Formats: sequence, C-alpha cells, structure tokens
Amino acid sequence: MGTLQFGNPAQRLGSLGSLFFNNFLFHRKSQENSHTQQHKVSYKLKNSNLSVRNLNVHIQKNHILKNVNIEIPDKKITCIIGPSGCGKSTLLKTFNRLIDDTEGVSYDGSILVDGADIFDNKTEITEIRKKMGLLSQRPCPLPMSIYDNIAFGCKMHGEHRRKKLNQIVEDQLKAVGLWTEVKSRLNTPASRLSIGQQQRLCLARGLAVEPEFILADEATSALDPISSKHIEELFVELKEDYAIILVTHTLRQALRIADHVIFMYLGEVIESGPADEVFNNPKQELTRKYLEGAFS
Amino acid sequence: MKFKFIEEKVAKVLMIASAIAVFAFVVNIIYTILRRGLPALNWDMISKIPAGGYYNGGGGGILNAIVGSLYIVLGSTILGLLISIPVVFYLNVYLSKDSRLAYTARLAFDVLFGIPSIVYGAFAFTIMIYLGMHTSLGGGILVITLLIIPILIRSMDEVARQLPKDLLDATYALGATKLETIQVVLRQIAPGIATATLLSVGRAIGDAAGVMFTAGFTDSIPTSLSQPAATLPLSVFFQLSSPNADVQDRAYSAALILIFIVLVISVTGRLITNHFSKNKI
Repeated sequence: MGTLQFGNPAQRLGSLGSLFFNNFLFHRKSQENSHTQQHKVSYKLKNSNLSVRNLNVHIQKNHILKNVNIEIPDKKITCIIGPSGCGKSTLLKTFNRLIDDTEGVSYDGSILVDGADIFDNKTEITEIRKKMGLLSQRPCPLPMSIYDNIAFGCKMHGEHRRKKLNQIVEDQLKAVGLWTEVKSRLNTPASRLSIGQQQRLCLARGLAVEPEFILADEATSALDPISSKHIEELFVELKEDYAIILVTHTLRQALRIADHVIFMYLGEVIESGPADEVFNNPKQELTRKYLEGAFS
Repeated sequence: MKFKFIEEKVAKVLMIASAIAVFAFVVNIIYTILRRGLPALNWDMISKIPAGGYYNGGGGGILNAIVGSLYIVLGSTILGLLISIPVVFYLNVYLSKDSRLAYTARLAFDVLFGIPSIVYGAFAFTIMIYLGMHTSLGGGILVITLLIIPILIRSMDEVARQLPKDLLDATYALGATKLETIQVVLRQIAPGIATATLLSVGRAIGDAAGVMFTAGFTDSIPTSLSQPAATLPLSVFFQLSSPNADVQDRAYSAALILIFIVLVISVTGRLITNHFSKNKI
C-alpha cells in the first residue's frame, strides 16, 4: 500500500522499516512506469524471501506436516508436487495462516517472511495475508461488480481516492490481460464472467493489495485448457515481480513452468531444488518413482 | 407397465392434487373476503379515522389501524434486522460449524419460533407493567420485534450456512479481519435477508394477539411512541365481533386492505431482492 502507517503502535519495527522501503520503491517505480511500461505494476520489495524452519502441523491428532524445512526462492515459480493428501495444500494454507481457522490445529517451528516469523505474536495476521496473494482451485469472485472485486481490498486497506482506485483497477486488469475484455462493463457482476476470466479476475484482485508472494492452490485444475494455459503464461510473466508458489497435481504443468520444485510425500518434504535437477536427476528413489508415474 | 412408471404417475397425481387443494383454499379465502368486503370498501375506509359510533355502523374509516400497523411493521422490522444481522454474522463467521454455542443458540431460536404470539404479548405486558409503561406504539413495536427475531435469524441463518468457505478464505487472503468480511457476507446473503424480511413483515402485520395488550387500540393516529396504536388485525377482530352485518362487512374490507398491503410489500420486496442478488456468486 502506498500509505505509511506510522501511527499504529502494534506495528513491528521491522515491518515499519519494510513499509518505508516499500513506499520508497513504490514512488521510484511509479515514476519509471510513466516512462516505460504502462501496465507493469510492482511495488514489491527486492530480495524478499520465505523460509520454513522445522515446521510441524497437527490437525487434531494427525501429524499433517512433518519437520518441513524449505526455502522459497524469490522471483521464481516454485511448484509443490506430490500425491493427494501429502500436505501440499496444508503447507500453502500455513503460509498465509488460513490454517488458523481449522478446528484443532496446532503448529510449531517457524516460517520466516522477510526475516520475520509469521507465527510471532507481534506479527499481524492481516499483514501476512496481504503479502500472500491467494488463488484458489475454483475461482471465487466476491459477490460484487468487476470493479469492486479489485477495489475491495484496496478500500479495506485505506485507499479511498476514486482516481487512484480507477488506476489500480485498470493496471491490475491489464496485468492479467482482462482489461480489453471487460473495460466496457466494469460495473456488471463478476459472476457473469466466464470461469477462466473469473480466475484471472481473482488473480488481479490479489495483485491489487500488493503482495510479495502468489500462492496458487491447483489454480488451473478447474479451468478449460485454454484458460489454464492463459494462467500459466501469466505466472511466467508475473514471476519477474513476485515469488509464485504453485501447488499442482499435474506433473506436466510443473515440468512446463517450474523453476524450483518441492516434492512432498506423506507430510514430509522428500526433495527440493531447482527444477531441472529434480526432474532430470532426482536424488531420492521416491522422487524418481513418483516422476516415473509409479504412484500418484 | 413397470411398477416404477405407475409409481411416477401416482406421485404426480398426488402432487397436483395437493397443489390444487392449497390453491382452492387461497381462492376460497380471497373470494369470501372480496364478496363481503368489496361492496363495503370505499374511499372513506382508507382515508378517515373512525367517526363516533363507527363500530355501530357510523361513518369514518380505519386509517388509524392502517397507519398503526405500518408504523409497527416498519419499526419492528428495522429493530429486528439491527438485532438479528449481528447474531447471524456471529453464528456463521465467528463460531465454527460444530460449535456448541451455535447449536444451542439455533435450538433456542427454533423454540422461540414456535411460541405463540399471545405468550410474547403477555410476557411483554408484564415487563411493561414493571417499567410503568402504558399500552403504546413503542410497546407494540417491542413485542412484534421479539416475535419476528426468531424468524429473521433462522431464515437468514439457513442462507448464511450455505456461505462458501472459499469466499471467506478469499476475503481473509486479501487481509480482511473477520469483521471486515461482513461486507462480503451481507452481499452474499442479501437474498436471504430479503426473504427473511418479507416473512417477518407478513407475520408482523398479521399478528393480533401480541399487540392486543401492548399496543392497545385507539381511534386516533398515534403521534408518538408512547401513545396507543390501532392495528389492522385488531380492527378486523373488533368489527367482526359486532352483531351489525354492515360492520361485519367492513371487517372484510379491512382484511382486504391488509392482504393488499402484504401483497404490495411482497412484490416490492421481490423486486428489490432481484436487484440485490444480481451479484451473488
């Protein structure tokens, strides 16, 4: 968000610093924008990263994630692969702490985002979620117009200037390639868009609150092949500005777009590393079997 | 012929028969009201308050009851919505699906739903005595609010329970607090709110027993919350208990007016609902 929030006493010093830096970058970037690319919007911090240390998640009595240790590289597409029920989605939900709403959940370990632990009591949960744009399996537009779907998050975080909002809506719709399709009907309900358009709208909605990460939970599995290809292409485009974490069931998709791969099995990370290494030369027997299609 | 085709035919006949039975009742009621009420209906009925000796066949109309009923319906619906929307929101967003508190609360509202309005009236009446209140418009609004809250809450709740988890998650993912999701939740359950409101308006405007002790009855139009107010159902009741056939016919006209008001409110309500639910996903 472009505005500074110095007045908030609960703000951590660290996040204050990053906000300041963010803000500084935003101003510089927006000046660049006016000269060069019109539709590339990025206010995000350079070198941001996410690392998971000794993460254990229990839901009721089930040990869902077992001692997970991974690093998510910035400005890359990280694909989390593995058979059903291996904890991929749980891991993704833990990143933005949506897991908190699950009945009987407990976790230990830490997830560091920009050096700050998201489980820390001082970390504001809404700030974490703002940093993590979520794209769910089925597109889930808010029950509002196309315009309001994108403006909603910005308004919630304090941006009410009409002109600014118009600009954000236009920029984000352009960023997901939806602008020309919908610019004449911004006030129609988002539910009237096709399912592929809805998914792109959801992506734009997430981008509008200026995240650093994009969490995608099988974001193309409910879409037709063309829409799904469109989303994949967007991911490749967007990785210049964001770290994209994609949970996927389709190995072929991972092969196409992944820069970094994490293979999970029964709640454990079996192998993680650069895509070509994991795909061409897996170190673990289990990974090799999975890639060969011995189980899925 | 195979058994399941016979089954299909019999079921279809039964369904049509019950539909016709219900329809016949409605037609019969409306026919009776029209037959007796329409001849007695005139402009004076809806534009004048009762003149002296109205209940013995004197001149005047029932404007007092029309206005009183509308006041009570309007007041109690607004008050009822203000109380029940937060309850529904709390039940569905803050409490988990298998929360004990939510279960108990829903059970309690179901029980309250079934309590006859005369009991609400008697209950409110004892409170009013305790507070030193007289029969008044305020008392009537209070008791009707109590009466419609269970209807409002339970019918909105049924819609709110269908709220997609994904929708809430999507809103949280944008950095919303639970309270901030209310904008999304309200939009999503807007049709439910409208249906609940229409149901409760129907019950509120038609209730006689609840307002008998609390709102009272008067021949004048109330100008403040502390004055007694007449209502249409009671107006029907008092005129119907007259031995005079002309006055009884006026009771049917009053019923006709009541039905007409409900019809107008329902139709406008439906139109408004359609407008608001266009964004629903």
